[in-house]
Amino acid sequence: MGRLDAGWHGCNNGEVKRLKFAGTPISPEEWRNESVFFKKEEFDLKYAWDTGYAIAKFLEGLKAGKILGVKCNRCERILVPPRMFCEKCFRKVDEWVTLRDTGTVNTFSVSYVNNDASRREKPLVVAVIEIHGASPGMGILHVLGEVEPSRVRVGMQVKAVWKPENERVGAITDIAYFKPIEVM
Amino acid sequence: MTLFRHRMLETGKEMAFEAARMALDSAGLERKDVDAVVLGSAPDAFDGFHMKGEQLLDGAGGFRKPYTRVFVGGGTGVFVPIAAWWHVASGLADIVLAVGEEKMSPLQPHPQYAFWTIFDQFLERPLGVTLLWIFALEMRRYMHVYNVSEEDIALVAVKNKANALDHPAAQLPARITVEDVLKSEPICAPVKRLDVSPTSDGAAAVVLASEELARKLTDTPVWITGVGWNVDTTYWTNRDLCYPEYLEKAARMAYKMAHITNPRKEIDFAEVYDPFDYKELHHMEGLLLAGKGEAPKLTREGVTQRDGDLPINPSGGLLGVGNPIAAAGVMKVAEVFWQLRGEAGKRQVKKPVNRGLAQAWGDLMQVGTVVIMER
Repeated sequence: MGRLDAGWHGCNNGEVKRLKFAGTPISPEEWRNESVFFKKEEFDLKYAWDTGYAIAKFLEGLKAGKILGVKCNRCERILVPPRMFCEKCFRKVDEWVTLRDTGTVNTFSVSYVNNDASRREKPLVVAVIEIHGASPGMGILHVLGEVEPSRVRVGMQVKAVWKPENERVGAITDIAYFKPIEVM
Repeated sequence: MTLFRHRMLETGKEMAFEAARMALDSAGLERKDVDAVVLGSAPDAFDGFHMKGEQLLDGAGGFRKPYTRVFVGGGTGVFVPIAAWWHVASGLADIVLAVGEEKMSPLQPHPQYAFWTIFDQFLERPLGVTLLWIFALEMRRYMHVYNVSEEDIALVAVKNKANALDHPAAQLPARITVEDVLKSEPICAPVKRLDVSPTSDGAAAVVLASEELARKLTDTPVWITGVGWNVDTTYWTNRDLCYPEYLEKAARMAYKMAHITNPRKEIDFAEVYDPFDYKELHHMEGLLLAGKGEAPKLTREGVTQRDGDLPINPSGGLLGVGNPIAAAGVMKVAEVFWQLRGEAGKRQVKKPVNRGLAQAWGDLMQVGTVVIMER
C-alpha cells in the first residue's frame, strides 16, 4: 500500500514546502479479508469492587424498596446518588434521608444501540430523573417503561416500578424502571 | 499531523512519530533541540495497553527527556499545548514538543465499548449505559431549555462536513443537507448518525518555544496568550446539562490572561469541540461567543461560516476531519496556527484574523480546555 499524497501546508517564514500528511489507511475490504496482518487477543479481566460507605447503604435501601439520599447540614442540600461527603462544602454529610420513589424527567433519550454500538432489538427509553424529596436538580440515571417513546416529555412525573422483593439483590436494577404517573 | 482515518496501518507509536517529525520539520528543529515532551492520549481501553504514555514515548520523541502524558478525557487534545505552555512559561523549558495521539480502532467490535468503563459501576453500568446516551440526554436538555430545533443543530454538521472538503487529512468530508441529517439513522434520539463525528486513528503535534527562541525560529510566530481549563463534578446527573458552566470558567480564565473583556468582539474565529453537532452550539455559548441559546441563530444567519463574522471550525472540525480524540484537539490548535499565519489554503477564513481560540471538552460532560492564540 502506498502513501497518499494528501496535501501540503506552508511552513517556516512563508516558504511553502510540500508536506505529506502521513498515514496508511486500511480499507474495509483489507480489514474483512485480513490482507494485512492483525494480532487479535481477548482479555478476561475480573474485578470485585467494594461498594464503599455511601453506595453500600444506598444499595441496601434499594433492596428494601427505598431510595435513600444524604443531607449536608451546611449547604442544606439533600443529595442523590448519596455520597460520604459533600463535594461542595468538602465535609462529611450529616444524615441519611429516605426520598420518595417518584421523580421528574429532566431529560431523556430513546436508545437504539447497545453499549458496543450494536443495534438493540427494541428501543430503550433512558432518562435523568430528578428524585422527589431531594434538592432540585438531583437526578439519577435510569430507564423508563410502560410508555410509548413518542409520549415521553421533559417534566413528566414518573414512579419507580420495583422488582418483587424476593428478586431484589441490592442493585440499581432493583428498580425495574420508572413509569409515568399520569394517565397516558 | 497524520491523515485521520477509521483504521490506520500505523501503530500509535508510528503515528506519533509521523506527527512529531512533521512538527519538528516545519519548525526546523531536531529532537536534540527539544527540552521536554508532552503527550496526550485518551483512554487506555481503546488500545488494550496500559502504560500507553510509555508505549508511545519513543514515537513522540520523549525518551531521556522530561516527558509527561496528560489526560483529561476528550479535553486532552487542547490540554496538551496547555501543559506544554506551562513548561515554557515556568522557565523550565525553551522548546517543548506537544503530541496528541489516538488509535481507537483496535477495540472490537466497536470503540464505543470502551466508554462503558467510564461510567459508575454500581449505578450506571448495570443499566447498559453508553456514551451516546449522555450526549443524547444533554442534546435533549439543551433543545428543551433554549427551544432549539433539530434542524438548527443539523446546520452545524452540514457546515463542518463541507468545510472539511478542503482539509487534506479529513476522514468524512461531505456535501450534505439538513434533510440528510434529519433522515439519517437514529442512534439515541435525538442523536442521529450524521449528528456524530466518526471514530478515528490519527496523530497531530505542535512545537512550543520561549519568546526569545520563537523569534529566532521564525519571523511569523504565533503566540499563546491565554490558557484555561476547568473540571466540573463527576455527579453529572446532578448538573443542568443545558449549559457547560465548567467551560465558562475555563474560558474566563483564558480571557483574563489574554486581557480579553468582550470575547464576541475580540475573538476573530474559533475551533470549538464538535464531536456532535449540538456541541458546537453548546460550546460557543459556554465560551461566551454567543448568548445562552443564541448560537443556533448565529449559525442560521451564516455568522459561523468561513466567510462569516465569527467563523467556527473552518477546519471542518471533528464532524468533518475526524475524531481521534487527543489528536483532534491538537488538530484544532494546528488549524488556529495555520489560519493566523494565512497558511490555511482553501480553508482560510475570509476576514483578516489576529486572534483565534481552540477548545476541547471531555469526560462526563465536565471538562473544558481553552487556548487563545495571537499573531
